[in-house]
Amino acid sequence: MRVKLDGDRVRNDRIRKVEEIADQSVYRCYQCGKCSAACPATPEMDMLPSQVIRYLQLGMDDKVFAANTPWICASCLQCMTVCPKGVDLARLMEAIRMLQLRKGQNQIEIRAFDRAYLERAPQIAMISAYRKFLSLS
Amino acid sequence: MNRIGVFLCWCGSNIAGTVDVHRVIEEVRKLPEVAHAENYMYMCSDPGQDLVKAAIRDKNLTNLVVASCSPRMHENTFRKAAASVGLNPYLVEIANVREQCSWVHQQQKDVATRKAYNIIKATIEKVKRNAALEAIRVPVTKRALVVGAGIAGITAALDLADAGFETVVVEREAEIGGKLRRISRTFPYHEPADAILAPRAEALRDHPNVTLYTSSEVTAVGGYVGNFDVEVATDPGDGGPPETRTEKVGAIVVSTGYDLYPVENLGEYGGGRLPDVIDGLAFEGLLADSFRNGEPVRRPSDGRPVRDVVFIQCSGSRDPENHKPYCSRICCLYTNKQARLLRDRNPGCRAWVSFMDVRTDCKNTEEYCQQNIEERGIVYVRGRVSRVWQEGDRLRLWTADTLTGEKIELDADLVVLATAVVPAAGYAEVSSLLRAGVDANGFFQESHIKLRPVESSTRGVYLAGAGQYPKDITDTVAQAQATASKIQSLFANEELAQDPLVCRVDPDLCSACGICVPICPYGAREVDALAGFSRVNEALCEGCGACVAACPNKACQLKNDSMVQVVGEIEVFAAEEGEEDYTCAC
Ligand SMILES: Cc1cc2nc3c(=O)[nH]c(=O)nc-3n(C[C@H](O)[C@H](O)[C@H](O)COP(=O)(O)OP(=O)(O)OC[C@H]3O[C@@H](n4cnc5c(N)ncnc54)[C@H](O)[C@@H]3O)c2cc1C
Ligand code: SF4
Ligand code: SF4
Ligand code: SF4
Repeated sequence: MRVKLDGDRVRNDRIRKVEEIADQSVYRCYQCGKCSAACPATPEMDMLPSQVIRYLQLGMDDKVFAANTPWICASCLQCMTVCPKGVDLARLMEAIRMLQLRKGQNQIEIRAFDRAYLERAPQIAMISAYRKFLSLS
Repeated sequence: MNRIGVFLCWCGSNIAGTVDVHRVIEEVRKLPEVAHAENYMYMCSDPGQDLVKAAIRDKNLTNLVVASCSPRMHENTFRKAAASVGLNPYLVEIANVREQCSWVHQQQKDVATRKAYNIIKATIEKVKRNAALEAIRVPVTKRALVVGAGIAGITAALDLADAGFETVVVEREAEIGGKLRRISRTFPYHEPADAILAPRAEALRDHPNVTLYTSSEVTAVGGYVGNFDVEVATDPGDGGPPETRTEKVGAIVVSTGYDLYPVENLGEYGGGRLPDVIDGLAFEGLLADSFRNGEPVRRPSDGRPVRDVVFIQCSGSRDPENHKPYCSRICCLYTNKQARLLRDRNPGCRAWVSFMDVRTDCKNTEEYCQQNIEERGIVYVRGRVSRVWQEGDRLRLWTADTLTGEKIELDADLVVLATAVVPAAGYAEVSSLLRAGVDANGFFQESHIKLRPVESSTRGVYLAGAGQYPKDITDTVAQAQATASKIQSLFANEELAQDPLVCRVDPDLCSACGICVPICPYGAREVDALAGFSRVNEALCEGCGACVAACPNKACQLKNDSMVQVVGEIEVFAAEEGEEDYTCAC
C-alpha cells in the first residue's frame, strides 16, 4: 500500500511529546542501523528499533503506536550504548510506552495474574514490567 | 668494436628464484662483444648502481644491458647512473626478465632461464646498434593562455599574473565568473557567491599582466609545449565577422567548467514539461531573488510562495542504465544547502529530499549537513522518485522509503532536480583543438589520476576546475592553484629538454606521399613541398612509430629502434626452434 507523506504530520504534537518526554530529537538519528544490530530483542519485534525512529521522522507515528516493538524492548540500553549519534533510543521507547499507558492502553494488572502463574513467571520479567511503568500497582 | 656490459639483477628472489642467474651470466659472457657480465641481488640499490658505474669505468664499457624489471621501473635509474660516469644514457637498455619472464614462468625454471638468456641476447642485438643521442632542447615562451574564466580560470590566471607572467584569458561569455554568477550563497558558511567572485573578477580585469578576451573562443592551436600559437576569435557584438588574433604562449589551462544535464532528459519527472520542475541552478536563481527582494521563495508557474518543496538528488547521476554512471559530487551538498536556505526564507515551508546517500566529501560539510537535518527539520526520504506529475495546481510524486520499506506518495509545490554535472558544451571541440583527451563522459582526462592530476594528455596543456570532474569551489580553487604552480615550474626553465627517441626521415627514401601526415596522432608530420620530403617536428613527435608502420617507402625510422635493430632482436627468438610458447605478464 502506498502511504501519503504529510507535512502536517511531520513533527506533530504526539511526536513532539515523545521527543519531549524522552528528551531526544528523532532527527539526530541518521539511520545507520547500529541500534537494531545490537538489540537482543529484535526476533520478537515487528518493527526494528531503528525503524521506530524512522517512522517518527516521517510523521508516521501511528505505525509506531501500533507496533509491539516498544513493548518487547527490554530497556537494556544496548542501543543507546552503541549509537554513534548519542541517541538514547531506550528513552524514546519508554516515552512511547508512557504515552500509551497514560491513555490506559496496554496495561497489565499484575494483581490479576493468579498466584501459580506469578510463581512460575521469571522475576526479571516482573521487575522489567515495573521498570516500564506498565503496572497499575 | 663495442665493449658491452651486462648486469643481471636477482630482484631478491623475484628473478633469481626462477631464473638460474649464474648460468645465464656464464653463457652471456661467451657472447661476442660482451666485455663484462655480472649479477647482483638488487641492481637498483646504491651498491648495485655502484657496481655498474665501477664496471663502466674499469672496463671501458661502451654499451650496457641491465636485465631486470620493466623499463618503466628503472630505465631512468640506470641511464642516470651511466650518465654520471660519462656514458651516454641512450647507450643503456633494459632487458625485462621479470614481468616478461620470471613472473610468468614460475613453474618452468628451465624455460625461464633459457628465455632470460634470449631476452638479454636480443637486447644486446639492439644496444650494440644504439646511437649516442642528445636531448632535444626547445625554448619556452613564458606566457600562459587560460580557456574559460569561471572561478577556476580566474584563480589560475591571477596566480600566474601575480607571479609575473603575462596571461591571456579567453572567455566565451560576455561576462567572466561562470556558474558562480548564478549561485546565491555557498555551503558550508553561507558566504554569498558574489563575495567570493567579485573581488577576484575585478582583480583579473585590472591586472596589468592579464589580457582578457570575453565573447571569445579558441579557434586554432598549433605548436607544442613551450611554443603554442593560439588563434582567438572575438565576437565584436555588432553582427560583424569575428576578429581573430594569434597569441604565442608556452602553456595552456583548460578551465571550461561544466553544464547541468538537461531536465528535458528526465521525462519521468516532467522535466521541460512541468513549469514547477526545475534544476538546481534555476533554484539558486529563486533563492537569489528572495535574498534580493526580502520576500519568500516563489515558484515559477504562478509566483506563489512555496510550501512543500521536494529536492530529487542524483537526477541523471549514478544511473548507468539510462543516464550518467558517475556521482556528480556537489549535488548532495548544494541540495542540503538549498533546503536549509529555503527553510530560512519561507518560514513554515517543508523541505523534502529524495536521496540514495548523502555524500559530504568536502571539509566541514558532514557536520554542516547533519546540523541542517537535525536543527532545520529537512526530511530526507531514502529512495529515488519514480515519477512526478501535475495534480491540480500542485505536483504529485511517487517514491519509496527503503529504510521502512514503505511506498510513498508526496505532494509538492515545486520540485528541484539535482541534475548531473556534465562537461561544458563545446568540450569536444576544445579537446580536439588542444589534443587534450577526455574520458568516456567527456571530462578532461588527467595524465595520472594520483600523480599528475592537473596535467592533460598533451604536454603543456593543464587542467583546472569542474571540466575535469565535478568539484565544489574549494576543490576547484585548490586545483587551479596547483595548475598555476605547475606552470610556474615549467616557466622556471629557459629551455625544455625532450626525449630524443623520436622519428627520423631519410629524405632520399621519402617520396613526399604524405601518408604519414594524417597517421600521426600528435600532428608532428608535415610535407615540405619545397624540400620534397616529409619532415618530423621533433618537439611534437612522441616516438609512437605509427608513421614508421605506415610509410610505404621505409623512409621513417625511430631513433634507436630502427628496422635493423628490431629484426636483429626478432632473429634471436626465431633461431629458437620448436620450443614451447613464451608468455609475458605485461
Ligand atoms: C546548483 C548549484 C549550486 C552550487 N553551490 C555551490 C556551493 O554552495 N558551494 C560550492 O563550493 N560550490 C557550489 N557549486 C559548484 C560550483 O558551481 C563549481 O564548483 C564552480 O562553478 C566550478 O567552477 P569552474 O570555473 O570550474 O566552472 P564554471 O563555473 O562552469 O566556469 C567555466 C567557464 O568557462 C567558460 N567556457 C566554457 N567553455 C568555454 C570555451 N569553449 N571557450 C571559452 N570559455 C568557455 C564558461 O562560459 C564559464 O565562464 C554549485 C553548483 C550548482 C550546480
Ligand atoms: S533498550 Fe530496547 S531497543 Fe534498545 S537494545 Fe535494549 S531492547 Fe533493544
Ligand atoms: S544507532 Fe543511533 S543513529 Fe544509528 S539508527 Fe540507531 S538511533 Fe539512529
Ligand atoms: S553528489 Fe549526491 S546527489 Fe549528487 S550524484 Fe552524488 S550521491 Fe547523487
